[in-house]
Amino acid sequence: MKHRITLSIGPATFRIGSAWPDPIRELKHLYADYPAPADDFADFTVRLEPAGALRRWLRPSIFITGDHGLADAAPMSLPHGLLAAEMGMNLQMALGWRRHLLLHASSVEKNGRVLVMTGESGSGKSTLAAQLGERGWRLMGDEFALLDLATGVVLPFPRLVSLKNRAIGVMAAEVPAERMGPLMAGTAKGDIRHMVPRAEAVARMDEGASPALLLFPRFGHAPDIRSVGHGETFMRLTQASTNYVALGEPGFTALTRFVKTVPAKAIDFPSGNEAIAMVERLWEQRA
Amino acid sequence: MNALPLVCALREPGTVAAFGAEQWNMLIAMARAERLIGTLAVRIGDMPVPEAVRFVLADARLDAEREARQALWEADRAAVALKPLGLRVVLLKGTAYAAARLKAGEGRFIGDLDILVPRNAMAEVEKYLMAAGWEWVKADPYDDAYYRQWMHELPPMIHQERDRMIDVHHTILPLTARQTPDAGAMIADAISVTGGLYVLSPEDRICHAVAHLLADGDLAGGLRNLWDIYCLLGEVDAGALETRAGRHGLSRHVRQARRLADALYGEGRRRLTPWDRIVIARLLARDGWGRETRKGLRFAFYLRSHWLRMPPMMLARHLFTKWRKGHRPV
Repeated sequence: MKHRITLSIGPATFRIGSAWPDPIRELKHLYADYPAPADDFADFTVRLEPAGALRRWLRPSIFITGDHGLADAAPMSLPHGLLAAEMGMNLQMALGWRRHLLLHASSVEKNGRVLVMTGESGSGKSTLAAQLGERGWRLMGDEFALLDLATGVVLPFPRLVSLKNRAIGVMAAEVPAERMGPLMAGTAKGDIRHMVPRAEAVARMDEGASPALLLFPRFGHAPDIRSVGHGETFMRLTQASTNYVALGEPGFTALTRFVKTVPAKAIDFPSGNEAIAMVERLWEQRA
Repeated sequence: MNALPLVCALREPGTVAAFGAEQWNMLIAMARAERLIGTLAVRIGDMPVPEAVRFVLADARLDAEREARQALWEADRAAVALKPLGLRVVLLKGTAYAAARLKAGEGRFIGDLDILVPRNAMAEVEKYLMAAGWEWVKADPYDDAYYRQWMHELPPMIHQERDRMIDVHHTILPLTARQTPDAGAMIADAISVTGGLYVLSPEDRICHAVAHLLADGDLAGGLRNLWDIYCLLGEVDAGALETRAGRHGLSRHVRQARRLADALYGEGRRRLTPWDRIVIARLLARDGWGRETRKGLRFAFYLRSHWLRMPPMMLARHLFTKWRKGHRPV
């Protein structure tokens, strides 16, 4: 394709092609400080194509696809091209990644141990990870945590952090402007703005660590903490994994070990600041 | 750019030895798009390839193994559900190749479960499958009626718990097609495999694959289907195949399939007709990003698939009904 870039994020490399220069230019800018891929072998191809015969020029509209795609994916407008590229990469990981158990979760690391947070969209796991990443933790990823099948280590996938709606203002207030991407207003998920993780998080993107605590955060409720049993944790993590079924027995073994060795808590919180205090306290108290 | 590098790699895996990164990227994108990545991975086997590629191919092999396992389990579930009927349940396509451990099944992508049962047992089969948890996918009454009146299979069903589709065939081409293969003979001559299940005889497997590729459909997934045929051809006697193809009214199609398989995956010794060359151009219409190319040619084959399936007036009525419902091709 005419416009292209190759990006490595954690263990995965993407070849991204686009019918338009704009999304590639934005990716180049925001991924400028990521380590260049060792070579140009890609695990996945992502394509940003015109959504119809005239849609390259006339009211340009992007259809996101690639090695793996969804036939009924909604087209996106060209000003949202950066988001389209990120969604294209996520789609490949969600549908095609087989080398680790993929959990739809954010993760941060401190002193060689990992805190994993999982929950529905809007639970606050992404924002919480982004905030912790600015407060002495290493951000490992805001979207996917990769659980190694053999060792049980969690590996980072520190793509750009995708901030939504209110989280944009929260992070923009404490992060230098050059780490923030363009504001994309009125997407299907509301306003979106990407944030480049801190340099250390990017530099150490190949470095995994053992999981020490699993949280199920829930934003917008009175503060509450409760333990979550093995059975419930297991079920919720199978739902949070896009490749648990595809991996078969190794996936089951890895997830069982994770559930048995990592304590799990559900936390409700009314605000970000309270959440951070609760998380830090739980982290200190963990077994 | 077309899919020739993929065809060459399947025919002679040694051709990939000198590939650079971009050539690999293109090959892998094409193979994924044509659902031949597992087959390619098996063909390349233990040949030395760059480490990044080795990971991709290993993933593809694992995916194919899992798919075969799931497909055989699904076949087993159908066999159990239909056991009280005491009839021959004949596996078709990918599941059959996996069950019979054929070369065509090595690394093959397997989608739905396809079975062939006698036409007069269709109502009972439907009833027993529904009792075992399968349910209808299509809610559209026109589509449902169309399947039941004109197609060679029941409308697709999906299992409510396992989320896997089953296609129940009573013959191998739509009833409106010009050829009328002898499904009764196919079932009578089927070969028993494990667990009360059957597969078609070696000759009938080819007749079915050829009918599917050349007498029906628009050649979508054609490179994969032709690879099946190429592998299956290695297991039959040419004379026996010709006789059998004649019985099903598919002689011309089988002869063309032999030429195409030889041209793309074999030694390329057979003379090609102009029509063969057009079909090959369609089969190879894929670029190094995995995109479909040659939109006009693709559309022509799409039109042809409808032309093959039904007489003109019926086609006109069908297309008008679909168009009113908002269906647009390509």
